[in-house]
Amino acid sequence: MDLNPTTRRSFLGLVLGGASAATLAACGGAAPTQTGAGGASAPPAGGTGTATYWFLTGQPQQGIREATVKRFNAANADSAIKYTEFQNDAYKTKIKTAIGAGQGPTIIWGWGGGGLAEYVKNNEVEDLTSFFAENAALKSKLFASSFGAATVDGKVYAMPAETVAPIVLYYNKKVFDKVGVQPPQSWGDIMALVPKFNDAGIAPFSLGGQSRWTNMMWLEFLLDRIGGSEVFQAVFEGKADAWSDPAVLDMLTKVQDLVKANGFIKGFASITADSNADQALLYTGKAAMMVHGAWTYGSMKADGGDFVSGGNLGYMNFPPVEGGKGDPSNTVGNPGQYLAISSKASDVDKATAKKFFSTAVLDDTEVKSWVDAGSVPVVQGSNSNFGSGKDADFLNFVYDVSSKAKTFAQSWDQALSPTQAETLLDNIAKLFQLSVSPQQWVDNMNKVIGK
Amino acid sequence: MALPATLMFVGFGVIPLLGVLVLSFTRWDGIGQIYPAGFDSWGAVLTDPGLPHALWVTFLVMFLSWIAQTPLSILIGTFLAGRQRYREVLAVLYFIPLLLSATAIAITFKALLDPNFGLGAGMHLPFLAQDWLGRPNLAMGVIIFVVSWQFIPFHSLIYQGGVRQIPVTMYEAALIDGAGRFRQFFSITLPQLKYTIITSSTLMIVGSLTFFDLIFVLTAGGPGDATRVLALDMYKRGFQANLMGPASGIAVILVLVGLALALLLRRLGGSSTDSQMDGA
Repeated sequence: MDLNPTTRRSFLGLVLGGASAATLAACGGAAPTQTGAGGASAPPAGGTGTATYWFLTGQPQQGIREATVKRFNAANADSAIKYTEFQNDAYKTKIKTAIGAGQGPTIIWGWGGGGLAEYVKNNEVEDLTSFFAENAALKSKLFASSFGAATVDGKVYAMPAETVAPIVLYYNKKVFDKVGVQPPQSWGDIMALVPKFNDAGIAPFSLGGQSRWTNMMWLEFLLDRIGGSEVFQAVFEGKADAWSDPAVLDMLTKVQDLVKANGFIKGFASITADSNADQALLYTGKAAMMVHGAWTYGSMKADGGDFVSGGNLGYMNFPPVEGGKGDPSNTVGNPGQYLAISSKASDVDKATAKKFFSTAVLDDTEVKSWVDAGSVPVVQGSNSNFGSGKDADFLNFVYDVSSKAKTFAQSWDQALSPTQAETLLDNIAKLFQLSVSPQQWVDNMNKVIGK
Repeated sequence: MALPATLMFVGFGVIPLLGVLVLSFTRWDGIGQIYPAGFDSWGAVLTDPGLPHALWVTFLVMFLSWIAQTPLSILIGTFLAGRQRYREVLAVLYFIPLLLSATAIAITFKALLDPNFGLGAGMHLPFLAQDWLGRPNLAMGVIIFVVSWQFIPFHSLIYQGGVRQIPVTMYEAALIDGAGRFRQFFSITLPQLKYTIITSSTLMIVGSLTFFDLIFVLTAGGPGDATRVLALDMYKRGFQANLMGPASGIAVILVLVGLALALLLRRLGGSSTDSQMDGA
């Protein structure tokens, strides 16, 4: 009976299969979409080392990031920076894995908050407090509010960069005219608009629900409007059972009411934000409104034909909820993007990165590029660049919302630790799927507070 | 001869596996230090209601994809075993899906099935404009369909080889006895394919444990957690929630399930290694 060899072989084959299942996750990350030496000349033979910089794809931001690196490299031929670009969702996994494996870049692009705190806890990023003390002009140039998400235990670990991006309620003016209704001034107005648009065969709200953080923006605003910014602050500080605040249940119920009333586009659970399909629904008139980041203005302008240039895009801060405690001037979103320096980088590379921060990032050329792309850089007085161009109205709107907000809260998934954020996003997806009740949602979330 | 294979196997199979086993008794966020944690991760994994759900989804995917692929693969394989010129041409065409990467396939199907901008909306065919990936049952159906579309060519190839190995003399004898095409298929082809069926089923079933890329791109486990198979659950815990301990626990469960299934399939195949060929 020659059973044994075969059995062992199939056994071995299986163990191998199992092992590849176990290691497959490691391959699940992202392949870089593009690598650029980003500049004319390679570093000279002096052996100054090469600083590396990873950031996100997606126009117009990608082009501006590339241009800044190229300008820096042209001016500093002996200390060039090499950049690699990644897609958003893939980058979030890739950067963590790479840093954990000691393969991270010199300059780490990120969202600050909980993710940055995790790096700080593991001593993966450089303390920049003294750097900003030496470069006081640089510090005072940037929005003071943008430093919150860069600060852990009173020390600054990242440079706020790029743009401030509050979440905005966008609407399609053409569609509103066609249906003959006015933009909502309250939560009641929103619920009243839903059947009107549905009757007209237009989805009330566009939503890229598969990305999950897109759904989260609804929770962030509703909770702030109903219970004020203190409710999430308690969660952020890790207070036990902080999600049990009655405002949370009220907010979750309202979200499910909106889902049940068909407030969101059919098939929202299979739409991803990375493909910009949610924006396309708004500018093609298939959806009337959309709650999304200020960063989508640029891509709607680029892809939407004459939608933006023809003045069809309306925008406003999220309206108040009747009887809510929150200040209607409050907003949520990204108070900036953040550049940290790896503590594992060589001293030469660290010096290059710091020089990059102080001379190239958010220099006048970059500030102007961001403004031209329809974004507000995190630079004091950048509104003087807004001029009277076509985008001036939107830019001033974003500048005002950001600078006048009583509280500018950071997106929850960026503010919380990755462990809490994943549970949060998972439960939010189930909430929109109506597969958990508001009470179950609260219970699930209370379990991971402070983890 | 066996040395290189053994080295490869130890290096890429056994050692990572042991590493995963060790990690499942630790607490690690994937970045910093690794702390021993005893049975904490196992406690967290085994009491999580997500685990039975993920197991159920995994077995459902396994069963449905087997049921969908096997009959079709046998039929196509038998058809392609014929040596007519047009069948050779078709065989080449059938083989194409296997040459594409799972990610590319998933992205393509995702775009085609988009309820607002996909095939249904573009060609004004309302029945195609379903919310394919947004409803739990439909999403599962789509995954089974795409998996079948991708892997039936491979299994057809296995069956084609199997059918070609059946001695022609058996069919000639059956013909003399007056057996028709159907009788020949059920009384000769199918029984003679027994071991081929077991091989192909083992590949399908164990392979389905590791479906990841396709589901990750198509539905990301959604809607909700309707298509979150074990491999995806492991990935999400490990690389999105930064809980490497529990993720390693799931990986170990995955290995055990795979082993158990393969042994079971061996048993189903019978322990006899007698040749099925005539006269042997």
